[in-house]
Amino acid sequence: MSNVVPILKTQGITMRFGGITAVNNLSIEVNPGEIVALIGPNGAGKTTAFNMITGVYTPTEGRIIYCGKDITGMKPDQITKNGIARTFQNIRLFKKLSVLENILIARHLRLKSDFLSATLRLPQYRMEEKQMREKVDVLINEFGLSKYQHEVASSLPYGVQRRLEIARALATEPSLLLLDEPAAGMNPKETEELTHFIRDIKERYNLTVFLIEHHMELVMEISERIYVLDFGETIAKGTANEIQNNPKVIEAYLGVEEDA
Amino acid sequence: MSSTTLQHLANGVSLGSLYALVAIGYTMVYGILRMINFAHGDIFMMAAYFAFFGIATFRVPWPFAFIGVILATALLGMLVERSAYRPLRDAPKNSILISAIGVSFLLENLANYLFSGKPKAFPEITFFANTVVIGGVSIQVITFFIPAVTMIILAILLYIINRTKLGMAMRAVSKDYETAMVMGIDINKVIAATFAIGSGLAAMGAIMWGIKYPQVQPMMGVMPGLKCFIAAVIGGIGNIKGAVIGGFILGLGEILLVAKLSSLTGYRDAFAFILLILILIFRPTGILGEKTTEKV
Repeated sequence: MSNVVPILKTQGITMRFGGITAVNNLSIEVNPGEIVALIGPNGAGKTTAFNMITGVYTPTEGRIIYCGKDITGMKPDQITKNGIARTFQNIRLFKKLSVLENILIARHLRLKSDFLSATLRLPQYRMEEKQMREKVDVLINEFGLSKYQHEVASSLPYGVQRRLEIARALATEPSLLLLDEPAAGMNPKETEELTHFIRDIKERYNLTVFLIEHHMELVMEISERIYVLDFGETIAKGTANEIQNNPKVIEAYLGVEEDA
Repeated sequence: MSSTTLQHLANGVSLGSLYALVAIGYTMVYGILRMINFAHGDIFMMAAYFAFFGIATFRVPWPFAFIGVILATALLGMLVERSAYRPLRDAPKNSILISAIGVSFLLENLANYLFSGKPKAFPEITFFANTVVIGGVSIQVITFFIPAVTMIILAILLYIINRTKLGMAMRAVSKDYETAMVMGIDINKVIAATFAIGSGLAAMGAIMWGIKYPQVQPMMGVMPGLKCFIAAVIGGIGNIKGAVIGGFILGLGEILLVAKLSSLTGYRDAFAFILLILILIFRPTGILGEKTTEKV
């Protein structure tokens, strides 16, 4: 382990909102090609941790290192350009825009042509536009979205919206994909499909995946390592097996038995 | 159609186009930042002064002067956003609104101080002042020029918004700016571009306004500013086509009111406000406005 350079490393990141400490001294490491999960009861600070990593919040304390580079305090768009993409717990698609437009917006940052060459339709721009459309088409097909591509995002079935959100995240060409409760609202069968799907895209797009999830079957099945948060504190870390048998984790989830 | 009616129609369309150009600036900024840029009318006023000084004082040939004025006003718009609005972006919405009112007063008083409150005569440009005779009425070239320019600008603007990278980013930011950021869009650039475009359009409006109503003074932006804000609300604020429709309704309505009910001429400005009240009562989202749903 020691000679692997982690793709993502947080060093004691802490987030305080006024007097409330949402996340305290969180140190995690995610290695290239891994699938790592962040779990914990509601309100444990998981999404806050994601928001710090993606630049939505700047941590009150601590550093975030991505690919050996300090990204603490960078703006979300710069972090995305560096190769971190994410999805949201409560789906945040551009609801009134079509499936195609949602994905095109995410490809936006990889376009080099400026405004002038676009308006004048210079050859360089047209070539770039063609390449972009090809990449987008591939993505749309692989995600089974082709029959929906001109539909408005909010009109899609829930499961398809979830898939579109992942497709949109991948359109930014990330190396690290953060999934915030990808299985939220899914039944066991859908969850199982999602498990295969995440593994599949991880291989195909050469990703590292860091995810928040409540569905324990999915987490235990898919994750190589797990971090457990409770009230902003890291209470455990380890493999699925270690976590399942950790008394502190059981206590956090089920409450402690009190002697009468 | 009688010749006077034709004359009124031409004037109405031309005034409506001017309102439309300025209303677009209000609506674009609202679409992106969900704020009313109350300084927009005063940016319009500053553009009229820029044009006055460019042509009358520095004797720049008018086509070059106009380009210079548009660029300078776009810069002014970006400067206002950078210094007065951006620092307040995460503050409550009221703060940024009050800041806009502050900028409005600042620009008015600055103009008063630097250029004096005495109205200046906008230089006459022969090309626009010439008249053509159509159907027995003689109409100034500028009266045709204004709607033509507005239509071309509108076409270019819609192209930018629907077909270019910048336009795509603008639409994304207007739908959900936090998500747009996570998608890799630099919202500061997008917002700066929005202010540049809106202010540039206000400059075009101001130049043509100066040619048609040749008087420049520090408070000249107040009433047009309010009316164009109303035009944007009538059309459905946040919607560019709506702003244009609202501008035409207001411009035509105003001219026809004065023409047909000349006893009500003194209520010309009240017309716009009555229309605003009616719209707010019966269709608060405006003609093309979408139903708004609050995000949780």
